[in-house]
Amino acid sequence: MALYSEHTGKKPLKYARNTVIIIVLLLFAIATIFPIYFMIISSFGDPVEAGAMNYTLFPTKISLESYKFFFDYSEYSLRWLLNSLIVASIVTVSNVVFASMAGYAFSKLRFKGRSVLFAILLVAMMIPYQVTQVPLYILIVNIFEIQNTYPALILPGIVTVYNIFLSKQFMSSIPGEILECAKIEGCNQFQIYLSIILPLSKTVLAVMAILTFMDSWNTFFWPLLVTNTMDMQTIQVGLKNFRFANTTYFAPMMAGATISALPMFILFFSLQKYFLRGVTVGAVKG
Amino acid sequence: MTQIAKPIKRRRIKGDGGAGYAFIAVALVIFALFTAYPVLSAFIISFQKYMPLGSKFIGFDNYINSFKDPLFWKAIRNTIVYTVLTVPVALFISLAVALLILPLKKKLQTTFKAIYYLPAVASGVALSVVWLWIFDPMPSGIFNQLLGFFGIDNVNWLGATSTSMFSLVLMSWLSSHGTSIIIYLAALLGIDDSYYEAAELDGASFLKKLWYIVIPCLKPTTLFLLVTGVIGSFQVFQNAYLMTGGGPDNATTMVGLLIFNNAFKYFEFGKAAAQSLILAFIIGGISLIQFKFLGKDVEY
Repeated sequence: MALYSEHTGKKPLKYARNTVIIIVLLLFAIATIFPIYFMIISSFGDPVEAGAMNYTLFPTKISLESYKFFFDYSEYSLRWLLNSLIVASIVTVSNVVFASMAGYAFSKLRFKGRSVLFAILLVAMMIPYQVTQVPLYILIVNIFEIQNTYPALILPGIVTVYNIFLSKQFMSSIPGEILECAKIEGCNQFQIYLSIILPLSKTVLAVMAILTFMDSWNTFFWPLLVTNTMDMQTIQVGLKNFRFANTTYFAPMMAGATISALPMFILFFSLQKYFLRGVTVGAVKG
Repeated sequence: MTQIAKPIKRRRIKGDGGAGYAFIAVALVIFALFTAYPVLSAFIISFQKYMPLGSKFIGFDNYINSFKDPLFWKAIRNTIVYTVLTVPVALFISLAVALLILPLKKKLQTTFKAIYYLPAVASGVALSVVWLWIFDPMPSGIFNQLLGFFGIDNVNWLGATSTSMFSLVLMSWLSSHGTSIIIYLAALLGIDDSYYEAAELDGASFLKKLWYIVIPCLKPTTLFLLVTGVIGSFQVFQNAYLMTGGGPDNATTMVGLLIFNNAFKYFEFGKAAAQSLILAFIIGGISLIQFKFLGKDVEY
């Protein structure tokens, strides 16, 4: 008994129905995947000018020349990847640590101003990022004068409200009795956090880590603003330089795009479960 | 951290005062510095002609000038057009796909979820590079090749005022809906079977069940996706910036891009701050209206 009737006794009908459904879903899947497929296939082409090449939907030969071209194009190509890795890793670790600490405090500790502070955080989540962007830029560039440094890239993302919200929601469901027990056994708050809260929250911490890493890796706007030399750019910003400098070189552009997306694809395929779970955390009740 | 904790102890607040503040200390400092302060600062800057050394207070001029600026209105119009054309379609596609995935076996469900979500993990910059070539104005561009099959002349997709906005909309339609599909599917799986059982006893057809059970049960999810979709769409910046740069003739200049240009191209920080606050009010207003009209019987 569900939305779809079970067609008991009419197996062929059920098979026919499912076949039709799968075909429709596959067609939509092809449309969804097409840009990525096209990107990867084209990246194996020769690095010739766009006018001289013909685009094919199926690879006729596989050459890594365009990848070589991408890394030779700028002495910083590798550095961009490294910068992205450094920034995304630090942002991820600090978010997991500080957001989980804050989440624990907001869900399980009583202190004055707790609900007011949390309400302020929630309201801040609804403010469009454009509002903070200009003052944040002024703060980093004119007041702290740290533009074009790692701290400028990292600091604003050290803890995000969304992650605090996520961990608070999750930790609220941890029964308080366990914590009471630990307290009676003589644990202090930090021990409780470390040996009870963190192990019980592994899932949400993993989800948080992955989503934060992905966000940070893919972010384009902020690094664009605060970097002004090639050596400090992240891969997303570097890719943009590349695009405008070489609009006629098609295959190397696709190689660059593939390289910028590849780490996320690898992470996605190895940690798919957490990615897909992450989507529903905070969006669906229960 | 102990400095914050001490006075609390003296006031003898029940509970875990000290520990509580210690645990949120870093988060709070970062929030105060990089979110709360910038928001307050945006208010102040919006009333100034901002200059690095000594800004000038000019009252509501930034707001008044924005409202007088035809480009600002055009950007708002563009943003609304883009939102109206993309968000409802995205909701419809996601729901349709989620409904199709629903009867499949668990394994197939996961496979399709993964396929549909995959583009969301690729960066917007990488995808925009690909889409630029799909929209390539030369006859070799993929869409133009496709049109060529039907004997239609090639179109300057992103370069002509008549098609540039539509191209961005098309890109959004064909882009990843993975997130909303997964959210809808989770909501569909959460609907209690007893509703369907009762309906089947009354002899309800598939469509009747869809209309009287599924749609009402999904209302909170739809509202959530609608509100977040509209909020996201109003802040759209990256696609317009990377694909068209707002052109041609500002046909694709969205509010987000206009604010970016005012701030970081013309260094009119005051004007940009004023416009960003107007944007915040518009977004707040729309969210409120959505909750009021659609959220009557939705509890959150």
